Amino acid sequence: MTTVPEKSSNPSVNTAAETIGPGAGTPPPPHTIATGHEGSVRDQFDSYMQRVRGGEMGMLPALAGLVVLTLLFWIATPFFLTKTNIANLLTQTAALMMLAIALTFVIVIAEIDLSAGVTGGLGMAVFILLTNIAHWNWILALIVSFIIGAAIGTFIGFFVARIGVPSFVITLALFLGLQGVNLVLLGNAGAYRIEEPTVTAIMNKSMPVWAGWAMLAIIIVISLATSLYDRGRRVASGMPVRPMSLLLAKVAAWVVGGGLVILLLSLNRSTSVIPIRGVPIVVPIALLILWVGTTMLDRTRFGLHIYAVGGNPEAARRAGINVVRVRMACFILCSSLAVVSGLFTASQVGTVESSAGRDIVLNGVAAAVVGGVSLFGGRGRLVQAAIGALLISMITNGLGLLGLSAGITLAITGGVLALAATVDALSRRRSGATALTRG
Amino acid sequence: MEAASPLIELQDIRKSFGPVDVLKGVNMKVFPGKVSALVGDNGAGKSTLIKGLSGAQPYDTGSVLFDGQPITLASPHDASSHGIEVVYQDLALCENLDIVQNMFLGREEIHQRMLNQPEMEKRATATLQSLSVRTMKSVRQKVSSLSGGQRQTVAIARSVLQAAKVVILDEPTAALGVAQTEQVLALVRRLANSGVGVVIISHNLADVFEVADYINVLYLGAMVAELDAKQTNYNEVVAYITGIKGDTAAAEEVDEEEVVS
Repeated sequence: MTTVPEKSSNPSVNTAAETIGPGAGTPPPPHTIATGHEGSVRDQFDSYMQRVRGGEMGMLPALAGLVVLTLLFWIATPFFLTKTNIANLLTQTAALMMLAIALTFVIVIAEIDLSAGVTGGLGMAVFILLTNIAHWNWILALIVSFIIGAAIGTFIGFFVARIGVPSFVITLALFLGLQGVNLVLLGNAGAYRIEEPTVTAIMNKSMPVWAGWAMLAIIIVISLATSLYDRGRRVASGMPVRPMSLLLAKVAAWVVGGGLVILLLSLNRSTSVIPIRGVPIVVPIALLILWVGTTMLDRTRFGLHIYAVGGNPEAARRAGINVVRVRMACFILCSSLAVVSGLFTASQVGTVESSAGRDIVLNGVAAAVVGGVSLFGGRGRLVQAAIGALLISMITNGLGLLGLSAGITLAITGGVLALAATVDALSRRRSGATALTRG
Repeated sequence: MEAASPLIELQDIRKSFGPVDVLKGVNMKVFPGKVSALVGDNGAGKSTLIKGLSGAQPYDTGSVLFDGQPITLASPHDASSHGIEVVYQDLALCENLDIVQNMFLGREEIHQRMLNQPEMEKRATATLQSLSVRTMKSVRQKVSSLSGGQRQTVAIARSVLQAAKVVILDEPTAALGVAQTEQVLALVRRLANSGVGVVIISHNLADVFEVADYINVLYLGAMVAELDAKQTNYNEVVAYITGIKGDTAAAEEVDEEEVVS
């Protein structure tokens, strides 16, 4: 509705420039080369489709997978789209999502961290020993866990970036070694119960209903404010801007989509007499980490350098980027966030055992890849890893609801991963191929 | 012969790797607004000469004058601080990043701790326009979607963006087709016309004759000819490159000494 007047009053700057362009002797028009911000909503959509065809699919395949799976499971079992199950899905995904986000930092520089899961496990082992045996304050204990995570990241980074040991090997060694450390620390016996109620509340309690709405309001305000700020700065620099309607559409999507989820979570989803309602506490924590991480990757020099190192380390080095430091930082970020993932798992099950984090890591890699984070490095965003994690959890959850065995779930998850990796490889070939065919 | 004074003057440059003398007292001049070609057969010392100028591999002895003043080129940083930029044959671009990001890589503009996107876009666009680049659709295109010639253009534009006074191009047309070669050579010409001193290394003499003002020929580590492109011809240059013509005695004399000692 609002797009109609924009289309007619705002002709593509691109075509306008072409018509003035060849005037010899006159100064060149301000924008012969576009910036991708020109034109109407339709132009924007066209150029987006062109990028997709060129192999830059981003999170499109994962989002499509999400929609298809939702529909399939919904048809197969109506329980899939109930408020109880959606809340379940969110909490079931949290730990995997955090691990996938952590792993994205190393996958994007074309490395791998197979020890991320057990690093989270070790962080929690230390946490539980400090709180249960040494009776430390839980916040202090958690800080120590994070320091240990960062130390492990530094250790891996040192071996990979300075010495040149392949990350696959050194983190495989740590995967085995840290399991040993966890066994020594916690013993074979069994699980330690988490005594601190605040920690178990993260995954098992919900915020009050008003806090959920407040969270959504804050998200919308931040999204709107940053978009308007960016737009204002472009206008001030005299650069073309995208149609306002696109910006508003994005915010509207947040309002409608977010509103629906919050509304659903605000209803009582309890099957017993004690009501359960509100957004799980883990959601704002995960969103905050996602937002900070994404801002860093997209908007800071450091984030850009991570992608540069992932794309072409030699070019990054020649451009004066300290490649060793960027790589170390990525491993440190990964291991530290892996501890957050470990915390989520521990909070969910309420206990810590020596095998914690052993099985989750490959799912984390799978989640990131399914979401569209390229194992070849240089491509992938945190939100893609998050969506990938949701997809993997959805498969497990949905097939579980259908009563299928764990074996079939694993086989299907494996198939989805193979499909995602194939899409990744093909889109890479495609973006190379289009470069060759273009004059 | 030349109206302007040289921007860079190399005097008696020598460089050896162990017992092998690669550069044996090379003299060369680079003039502002002119294209100086550096030709020579494989192993003549072209790469070594360029690596010294870029600061990547400093010379053993000899002096480098910049605007008549002696300078030291001990590191790539020294070179870029004097406005000497090298565009290597493999271009060193990140394919996963877009044109703006590549042009500013390592020297991003910052506004309140965040990347200053509008400013970088604006400067990148202006730089490409100053080089009359019209083949690119958008400065936000990923480099992976660009053709070889377009990539070369991005790499050259990057050096222009750094306010380079001297741009050294290592085989800029080696991997390009006919049309793209023409585009890049036209760009090299425009680059020189903007006042930059351009050094172009090439095996392709047709390209050299099309774009160069001066042709410098290296033969076995010695500069055997500094020719005005308009007053020489293909056969003469080939004769110098292959050592048939020219005072190659100096180069060969040193070789004999090596054998004796």
